[in-house]
Amino acid sequence: MSIDKNTARRVAHLARIEVADDQLDRLAAELSNILGFMEQLNEVDVEGVEPMTSVTPMNLKRRQDVVTDGGYQHKILANAPDAREGFFAVPKVVE
Amino acid sequence: MTDLAGLTIAEARDRMRKGDLTSADLTEACIKSISAAGVLNAFTTETFGIARAAAKAADQRIKGGDAPDICGIPLGIKDLYCTEGVTSQAASKILNGYKPQYESFVTRQLWDRGAVMLGKLNMDEFAMGSSNETSAYGPVTSPWRRKGSDVALTPGGSSGGSAAAVAADLCLGATGTDTGGSIRQPAAFTGIVGVKPTYGRCSRWGIIAFASSLDQAGPMTRTVRDSAIMLAAMAGHDPMDSTSADMPVPDFESALNGDIRGKMIGIPKEYRLDGMPDEIEKLWSDGAAMLRDAGAEIVDVTLPHTKYALPAYYVIAPAEASSNLARYDGVRFGHRARLQAGDGITEMYERTRAEGFGHEVQRRVMIGTYVLSAGFYDAYYRRAQRVRTLIKQDFETVFASGVDAILTPATPSAAFGLGEMADLDPVKMYLNDVFTVTVNLAGLPGVSVPVGLDQDGLPLGLQIIGRPWQEADMLNSAYVLEQAAGFVSKPAKWW
Repeated sequence: MSIDKNTARRVAHLARIEVADDQLDRLAAELSNILGFMEQLNEVDVEGVEPMTSVTPMNLKRRQDVVTDGGYQHKILANAPDAREGFFAVPKVVE
Repeated sequence: MTDLAGLTIAEARDRMRKGDLTSADLTEACIKSISAAGVLNAFTTETFGIARAAAKAADQRIKGGDAPDICGIPLGIKDLYCTEGVTSQAASKILNGYKPQYESFVTRQLWDRGAVMLGKLNMDEFAMGSSNETSAYGPVTSPWRRKGSDVALTPGGSSGGSAAAVAADLCLGATGTDTGGSIRQPAAFTGIVGVKPTYGRCSRWGIIAFASSLDQAGPMTRTVRDSAIMLAAMAGHDPMDSTSADMPVPDFESALNGDIRGKMIGIPKEYRLDGMPDEIEKLWSDGAAMLRDAGAEIVDVTLPHTKYALPAYYVIAPAEASSNLARYDGVRFGHRARLQAGDGITEMYERTRAEGFGHEVQRRVMIGTYVLSAGFYDAYYRRAQRVRTLIKQDFETVFASGVDAILTPATPSAAFGLGEMADLDPVKMYLNDVFTVTVNLAGLPGVSVPVGLDQDGLPLGLQIIGRPWQEADMLNSAYVLEQAAGFVSKPAKWW
């Protein structure tokens, strides 16, 4: 499966990574090459095989549904590039 | 006199307990070695103040008796581990200046038990790489050189700083993480021991995530005994990681009795690659002979889906990475791109990630995005997950037949030169993981043991793969291999 320039543009946007227009051909070629490597998986007969979703069979533990953590807003905001009045600040989202 | 920084963890522990060595002196020796080894670029952040305070406290505790084995031992910590108040940025620009407000579970356990943090160690960006060349801090240079050459070599990756620091006697041990071979490959390249435990043995909480179903923390040390000591200090149940196993941590060190009589060791024929260097082939058969001489039974086994492990891995790991790395958006931590007038939040996300992620990380995030996208999910991701089931079943079949452990080469070659792989296609670099990646896919424990040198005088390692949760048994086999191989080579100091 080879990826064209438009698909590369779409994937970059889905991944929220800005890619300049003149870089899209190179990106498409790189992605196609890697996907080509993955094509080998089509040789495997996976009929009736369940996809692996858990590495080690284990039941998730349960705990009481109570608050166990929190109350340190200043720590949460300590690394923010832009924090104001106790909130993360971002460019205007809603017009 | 051996430099103190060159002691093994076991030697240092025993001498500190006897009272003829202090952690303070040991720590100073390491600080001196680190300060003289800047050219290796192994350490990215030095925490000597923290180290000196911890050493002092450790000396008190050792004097009081009953100190844990790891107490007073100076360690390096891979930059992927969150360490409270100390820069932790996964060797990425996107986490520039990030200072975690909390401590990872594994490092918290180490400090609680008295270990000494010397600093943070270089790595490939977000642990994506096999040569340390994707680091935002620049690559690590291996302390090893080819005979008669001064070409700079890679220590391997992604835990390359950890490997170089341990091999160059800058610290007694280091933490690593292994998603596809990132502990075992650099350990093999630098002549040290590296352990990837069973998935769930060590908590992943506070370790910056790459691929959550594959990531595991583990020790990198100069001997198998040291790895046993350090793994025991790192492992254990953590309610904050739902995949962390709630089971007792065995005393791995006491399992090292050197007795493997009657153990069945499998040799998988699928690991014999076309074009594999004769030296690796010979190392492998020599290793099998050493285990046989120690009383193990060597049997041929088959792991028929081995060939598909790498392509399955390079679907699954990027898919999980694309999801895990979605959090780097310039809002809560790290880098945020400078915006132009009129730019909105989408431009902020896209530019921040373009500026903050390096080339390989961008490539993997985009591959992951693609294989998870509507219309391709079944063809790529779901298929890879089904192949992963088959790979795991291959191992289960072998273990069910009575095999205790599996012996393979650790890497398809010795260390290569920095920049040597730069112009090749990325798939060539991915081949470094060919012998190690199956272990992550199946969630098994694996250990890389230095066994010999190649014709250029560079270390080569073998890998022992154990049954799930049988690290103790696996380490005992590794110990036998280590003793029989008698690998004592050290890089000649040039730095």
